Amino acid sequence: MSAEDVLVELRDVRKYFPVKRGIVFDRVIGQVRAVDGVSFSIRRGETFGLVGESGCGKSTIGRLLLKLDEPTSGQIRFAGRDIAGFDAAETLAFRRRVQAVFQDPYSSLNPRMTVEEIVGEPLLVHSIEASRAGRLQRVRQLLSVCGLPARSVDSYPHEMSGGQRQRVGIARALALRPDFIVCDEAVSALDVSIQAQIVRLLQELRSEFGLTYLFIGHDLSVVRHICRRVAVMYLGRIAEIADSDILFDEGCHPYTQALLASVPVPDPEIEHRRAHQMIRGEIPSPMNPPSGCVFHPRCPLADESCRRSVPELRKAGEEHDVACPKVGPADISPAWLTDKAKADAVPGGPGRS
Amino acid sequence: MPDGVIRAVNDVSFHVERGEVVAIVGESGSGKSVTALAILRLVSEPLGRIIAGAVRLDGQDLLRLDHEAMRRVRGHRIGMVFQEPMTSLNPVLSIGRQLTEAMQTHLGLSPGAAHARAVELLQLVGIAEPERRLKQYPHHLSGGMRQRAMIAMALSCKPELIIADEPTTALDVTIQAQILHLMQDLCRRLDVALIIITHNLGVVARYADRVNVMYAGRIVERGSASDLYRAPSHPYTIGLLNSVPRLDRPRDIPMEPIPGSPPDPLALPSGCAFRPRCKLAMSHCAEAAPPLRSVATAHESACFELHRLQAMVPA
Repeated sequence: MSAEDVLVELRDVRKYFPVKRGIVFDRVIGQVRAVDGVSFSIRRGETFGLVGESGCGKSTIGRLLLKLDEPTSGQIRFAGRDIAGFDAAETLAFRRRVQAVFQDPYSSLNPRMTVEEIVGEPLLVHSIEASRAGRLQRVRQLLSVCGLPARSVDSYPHEMSGGQRQRVGIARALALRPDFIVCDEAVSALDVSIQAQIVRLLQELRSEFGLTYLFIGHDLSVVRHICRRVAVMYLGRIAEIADSDILFDEGCHPYTQALLASVPVPDPEIEHRRAHQMIRGEIPSPMNPPSGCVFHPRCPLADESCRRSVPELRKAGEEHDVACPKVGPADISPAWLTDKAKADAVPGGPGRS
Repeated sequence: MPDGVIRAVNDVSFHVERGEVVAIVGESGSGKSVTALAILRLVSEPLGRIIAGAVRLDGQDLLRLDHEAMRRVRGHRIGMVFQEPMTSLNPVLSIGRQLTEAMQTHLGLSPGAAHARAVELLQLVGIAEPERRLKQYPHHLSGGMRQRAMIAMALSCKPELIIADEPTTALDVTIQAQILHLMQDLCRRLDVALIIITHNLGVVARYADRVNVMYAGRIVERGSASDLYRAPSHPYTIGLLNSVPRLDRPRDIPMEPIPGSPPDPLALPSGCAFRPRCKLAMSHCAEAAPPLRSVATAHESACFELHRLQAMVPA
């Protein structure tokens, strides 16, 4: 991959949040390692997925990329430059090029503003359209691109449905013609039939405007559908990163396998055949992560060495890196969809309940 | 003065047998949760009323019971598990107190016997160190743990039926699978009927024996899970199945969203409520709500244009 192709790059990024106790004389009693040494890059025009369960650090990465938080260490590069080194003017320009769409459009849209004001605000703040008439025209265009009728300019968020509000959030994100949009659980709060509409809208906008997305989500089926490449995170670290079809068919990290096995497929025939391998235990606190490989207490393959050393990401194939020394290209077993009989025959396969 | 009447649940009939898992699927506002509340007679008067119908538990009509008798049914013969365990557990009472209270009331157990059963129940739902957990408060427990405690509570008085309303929606995927597996397993072993209310078609496919699909307060299709997924026979069910991305399909298979959005329950369209979003809608669909009609053995659909639908989708 040439440097030209890369739009966003994370190099060994860490973000620790201090944990404080006490009211008047608060003191730091520990730290939450929300993101602990993460590196990946996102190519221009692709949709990059970040999946994982609560506390895995996926949303923190989104905030770091939006420059809403500073990393504790490591570097985030956008279009070849370290975003920490931007001066005020450069930061403003960066904020034009990078936008966000969040989960709950109800809490991310100001309830006292009309749709015209919400979508037009970025144009005003960045002095792109000074006249109200000009802004109104742009807002109408943006709404129509996002599948909303022009008359919704006078509506308030509470008058709209969840899907319409998310369309407003997307129109606002598009207002400044950004290059890169962070979609943090952007479709998670929506009903199934509406979710599909918004996913399709995001896909159409990407090809029409040449956008690059970071798509943060917990619904693996949606992520598989929309993303070109996907990273699986667990407790602040990347467990596996691959082309999306490779990850979902041949993902070999024990955590990836556990995640995939947990997701039911809407087809009873497959479900009745499928071995339901349950992963044991719960997600540990990121304040006190396990030693060595953070997944070892729940891992069916773990042994003494996993307690001691932190596994590095290594190549498992073309467009496929995995952070587990126990699995590799040789023994890739797409076990998550296999028959019960076959899965039972695999010695030491993911833990059964 | 009320602004209008919402018919949240309209003409809904279904049954559940012991040891069986029945799912009610639908999107927000479809009436699936109100159906559950109606079974428990928890639709709060005077705001909400059950205006007609019967809810029979083992032959007895719950709608005819007085409040005292109904109170004995809830929590005793019918157990409940809700979406957010943090809001259904009392934050100022220990887990042990909440678990034993119902058993002392409904089963007439002594405090000692209730405690012993509480320990057993926590073991049953897979909570380690039950003695210590019983002394703890809900906020000490993780989300998954709290939901396990809720399941223990729902099972505590040996119910005949458990109603689980989006029991795992607030939980992480790996924990979701653990909890659902546990519920299914326990209900089978203890011969308890289970109603799962969910929006997740994958969960239904994995755990339900039979399915009721709800739209705008009515059941639009029902049947065994395998029939319903193999030969969906209502335009809404087909639309839903085409809208869900599937983990077992590569990314280039496009989703086909249902156009439009669910109707405002205060202003339901006349006739079939799905009509404005339906590709097959004809003028007569506006005249009356289609009744459930048999498509195959134990498989019913409420659509006037069923013959055209069947011509389109090879069964």
